[in-house]
Amino acid sequence: MDVLSLSRLQFAMTAGFHFIFVPLTLGLSILVAWMETLYVRSGDEIYLWMTKFWGKLFLINFALGVVTGLTMEFQFGMNWAEYAKYVGDIFGVPLAIEATVAFFLESTFIGLWIFGWNRVSKKVHAFAIWMVALATNLSALWILLANGWMQHPVGYVIRNGRAEMVDFLAVITSPYGWLKFLHTILSGYVVAAFFVMGIAAWHLLRKSHPVFFRKSFRMAAVFGLASSLLIFGIGDFHAAEVAKTQPTKLAAMESVWETERGVPLYLIVLPDVKNERNAIEFIGIPKVTSYLAYRDFNAEVKGLKAFPAQDRPPVMEVFVSFRLMVMLGTLFLVLSALAVYLSWKGRLEANPLFLRILLYTIPLPYLAAQLGWIVAEVGRQPWIVYGVLRTSDAVSRQIEPSQVMASLIGFGIFYSFLGILDIYLLAKYARKGPLEGPRSKPTPLKEA
Amino acid sequence: MEYQITWFILWGILWAVYFMADGFDFGVGILYPYLGKTDGEKRTIINSIGPVWDGNEVWLVTAGGATFAAFPVVYASMFSYLYSALLIILFALIMRGVAFEFRGKLDGEAWRRGWDWVIFLGSLIPALLFGVAFGNIFQGLPMDRAGYHGSLIGLLNPYGLLTGLLFVTLFIVHGALWTAMKTLGALSARAATLAKNSWVGLLLVAVLFLVNTAFQTNLYRNFLANPIWLVVPAVAVLSLAAIRIYLLKNNYLHSFFASCLAILTVTFTGIIGLYPNLIPSSLDPAYSLTIFNASSSVYTLKIMTVVALLFVPVVIAYQIWVYRVFRGKLVVEEVTKDPEAY
Repeated sequence: MDVLSLSRLQFAMTAGFHFIFVPLTLGLSILVAWMETLYVRSGDEIYLWMTKFWGKLFLINFALGVVTGLTMEFQFGMNWAEYAKYVGDIFGVPLAIEATVAFFLESTFIGLWIFGWNRVSKKVHAFAIWMVALATNLSALWILLANGWMQHPVGYVIRNGRAEMVDFLAVITSPYGWLKFLHTILSGYVVAAFFVMGIAAWHLLRKSHPVFFRKSFRMAAVFGLASSLLIFGIGDFHAAEVAKTQPTKLAAMESVWETERGVPLYLIVLPDVKNERNAIEFIGIPKVTSYLAYRDFNAEVKGLKAFPAQDRPPVMEVFVSFRLMVMLGTLFLVLSALAVYLSWKGRLEANPLFLRILLYTIPLPYLAAQLGWIVAEVGRQPWIVYGVLRTSDAVSRQIEPSQVMASLIGFGIFYSFLGILDIYLLAKYARKGPLEGPRSKPTPLKEA
Repeated sequence: MEYQITWFILWGILWAVYFMADGFDFGVGILYPYLGKTDGEKRTIINSIGPVWDGNEVWLVTAGGATFAAFPVVYASMFSYLYSALLIILFALIMRGVAFEFRGKLDGEAWRRGWDWVIFLGSLIPALLFGVAFGNIFQGLPMDRAGYHGSLIGLLNPYGLLTGLLFVTLFIVHGALWTAMKTLGALSARAATLAKNSWVGLLLVAVLFLVNTAFQTNLYRNFLANPIWLVVPAVAVLSLAAIRIYLLKNNYLHSFFASCLAILTVTFTGIIGLYPNLIPSSLDPAYSLTIFNASSSVYTLKIMTVVALLFVPVVIAYQIWVYRVFRGKLVVEEVTKDPEAY
């Protein structure tokens, strides 16, 4: 394999791995901050124990999110030097801002939060975790504005043999970037909600600490339902923005080959990439694809054939990932609505099957998030910056395939080890329940 | 032109502050398996950097991000030319970060011993390799029209290794002083003795470094042209002496501050010597990457300047605040009883 394929594989692997930890951090930081706020307001110790129990899981996960993020920053220079040279004038800016406004805030206040229980007042301590939650979400904003620019470049001119920024405001107000940001953080909230509900369900099935886990469950269910609803709305706007700015990606997402008006939405489709058509199109809802893309039932949707073959993304991967993601999103909506209902009626434990389903649902929002990134990144191909720079022109010229092969194998071994360790520790602490920290003495808990 | 110079100075500050901040927790990571005679003592030392090491490391992320935004060509060249060296640093930093969080999560003896090794190597390797990288930048990298002609082994030349050794000894003294300052009793005394002994080694390495720099690099050229800048290395020498003087008075706090100043001024001695280069070419000066041929557009530099002026003071303010919240010495018995500690 050449440097390009190896570097793409490495970036996909390290980015995918990084994004196992980030979504949980995005959502769980908010849930933990909410729990601690309830504790500060009510003084009820159960919220303190909730903060500590979910906070511990948060921290185990958080550490890996931070360190795997370092890899992403290094790789832009290591493997994608031509990219860094060509767009550094623009792309470097949100990255530097992310470090300055978000990473410092996050790392400093997480230190205060972990070690500050006896050093600062309750209010300041709760403030610290809110700062962490704010910072992780701010960090997402800046990195997604950067990614949004790769998807839909704005505010630049080509000058001196590179892309130079001429309008910073255009870069940071890009609708594409903001929609992507909202879509991504909401996916993190869904991940966190189902993570908490799943673990709570495991304990409720075993009747361990029922009051504690019922309360945790209800908070997560409400959070999950709100996020699942919002992500649908945002996702819809996001897809419309894609239609406007990245017609090849939209065509691949829907597997539309011919340019037509009033394109129907087929519920069952099987693309036939070789013959540039769909082998199966079944149960069509008239004109819906046109409407979803352009808010007009008779709008023209550009088909893949309207673009030269070398400008099209891999259709099958993008199409399948998008379909699966939407199906999973629908499932999360249904499950979280049921979860809110049953928890509201106090009938969770009367439905062990539902609890068991929720336990096994934990990995699915993670999967949906990964699929979303496949749609976003594979769908942008063959471009690294849509319409401006091809991925093949972006890779470093000064590195050898053997170097990248070595680093790829290194990351593979190393990340597998870290992943296994992380899951092991998460499972161990999740099972332990709220009262059994590693060294903490059990304190009487009000089961009010 | 003034924006390029502004960002050259800021670039230097970011690296200097990074070495000053992460420097002591690298030193602590190298020393604690030796300084801590019991698990309680080891944990006490690790917990002394617990609240701050992550914030310290962000100075590296920011230095990297600022290099990307202000000098993209330098960022692209440095990271792709030094691919393998940076990869090793990266793996070391990842393992070290995870180790701090995971070490205390289980009780087994083997578990903790294993993470002790990870933290030791995860601190020693980046300290050494950052020194090696900067030593090679001071000498210049073999670059010409065709690109880069060096290799990983080529980086491990005597002057590169000497600079690496300088970084390691600086950080060892720095970390020992931190430990002496943050702990009590026998542990603190042990750390102070270690600081005193390693200071002698540091002095030796520093003299070797200064002499070799005259032969291996062009760093002194700027100082000879503008002797006023000699103030910076002079302060470096004075602060090295001050470390020893305060140590003999058992004033660890001031000794630590002197060590901070020493790292800042040693770094800036190198940075001033580099100007206007960011990475000189050892083959042909025409291919050196300078602040003028490798920078971003003035528009981008202006925006970055506004961002830095707005946010960096705020960052420094809340980081100092957190250091103040955690001021004072750690007691071994309290650390081992604290369920939230590392």
